[in-house]
Amino acid sequence: MASNEEILAGLAEIVNEETGLAPEAVELDKSFTEDLDIDSISMMTIVVNAEEKFGVRIPDEEVKNLKTVGDAVSFISNAQA
Amino acid sequence: MARKVVITGLGATTPIGGDVPTMWKNALQGVSGAHTLEDEWVARFELPVTFAARCSTPALDVLSRVEAKRMDPSTQFGVIASREAWADSGITEIDHDRLAVAFATGIGGVWTLLDAWDTLRDKGPRRVLPMTVPMLMPNGVAAAVSLDLGARAGAHTPVSACASGTEALHQGLELIRSGKADVVMCGGAEAAIHPMPLAAFSSMQALSRRNDEPERASRPYDVDRDGFVMGEGAGALVLEAEEHALARGARIYAELAGTSVTADAYHITAPDPEGLGATRALKAAMFDGRIQAEDVVHVNAHATSTPVGDKPEYTALRAALGTHVDSVAVSATKSQMGHLLGASGAVEAVLTVLAVYERQAPVTINLENQDPEIPLDVVTAPRQLPGGDIVALSNSFGFGGHNAVIAVRNV
Repeated sequence: MASNEEILAGLAEIVNEETGLAPEAVELDKSFTEDLDIDSISMMTIVVNAEEKFGVRIPDEEVKNLKTVGDAVSFISNAQA
Repeated sequence: MARKVVITGLGATTPIGGDVPTMWKNALQGVSGAHTLEDEWVARFELPVTFAARCSTPALDVLSRVEAKRMDPSTQFGVIASREAWADSGITEIDHDRLAVAFATGIGGVWTLLDAWDTLRDKGPRRVLPMTVPMLMPNGVAAAVSLDLGARAGAHTPVSACASGTEALHQGLELIRSGKADVVMCGGAEAAIHPMPLAAFSSMQALSRRNDEPERASRPYDVDRDGFVMGEGAGALVLEAEEHALARGARIYAELAGTSVTADAYHITAPDPEGLGATRALKAAMFDGRIQAEDVVHVNAHATSTPVGDKPEYTALRAALGTHVDSVAVSATKSQMGHLLGASGAVEAVLTVLAVYERQAPVTINLENQDPEIPLDVVTAPRQLPGGDIVALSNSFGFGGHNAVIAVRNV
């Protein structure tokens, strides 16, 4: 099981791989669409990669609730628990 | 009087050069871009053909990782060539509503399609990436070029197998003549050096099996030719209404004087042995450009190096040009870079434009014993083209009986 810091770092790596954004830009309070300019196709790619990395399942209907990076970290953390 | 259309920008990424200057230098010297494939899948699938002509500059040396991630390799090549052609045209300001794209492919995103199929079988549907559809669709390259340039007058994708790249120029010319656009980014892109297409083309006996000598395998017009060599890459040309080019003081390479497209309606893959469809295409392109046989000094032939394909093209050239064909300098550039399928017509158009502009015909390599049934004047050493007004033709033929021809005139 990963700590929240490890999940954030892992997500930042996935976002960087998909979009080229610097990992430091991926902070808990950042909105995926508003702040990081991530479109729905990139978001789904990030979700699928996160599922593989953290060994969790993020249902499609849940993805729209993951507005900020923090939302995603919490969801993954809870899913791992 | 139809609008006159000129060519003002050139781009290419090919097995004999990752940009136009490098490709042109090599095309005049005569080099081979074919090499043994080092990929593990060649042995894993026991492919009967173990070589191909890869692009000499990998796409990832030019595009950023993030850019490339959203593009099939064919689209990567297309965008690279298009950017070079655009920069070469010197266009800085343009009405984007008057800028169109006609960018062809023969096969489309075959790597993306088959990778996704492997992923589905190995890991399940959840792992099939959301970008799969836009990456595999054949219009992906035209769409990517349109996005890249902000071209809003339509983005077209002619698909006619190995005639596609030439058909893109036909479409571009029509778009400008009909007044639907002032500038068109035309081209063709292909990236099919994947085990499945290699196996499929090999099954139909289309590929050379000269596995021990890849550099000597593509040998159009030679008695020992035994098939084509699979190549990859892209070519791009900026077509522009003459008045638009003159108004901005552009450097004009040549005029795209005439184009044509015909269909054999003879057989799904075999060329008409009499070359009737190709003859009609040649005559139609010459008629379109108000060209007499005597005006033609150079032909960039389709000449793929297959036993059955090379001769009907000769028959067609003789039918269209008459005895004048004997004094035309013919280049078979697939001898150097292999067959780029849907990109070949675009890359060969770039070479044809440069031949007219520089008055030099590129070289045909590996012609050791010319087929006596194809008595063309084949250029095997660098050759100067005559001064004065000249025309060069470039032919492309594709499975399905597609024939496409362009005629390029000096300005």
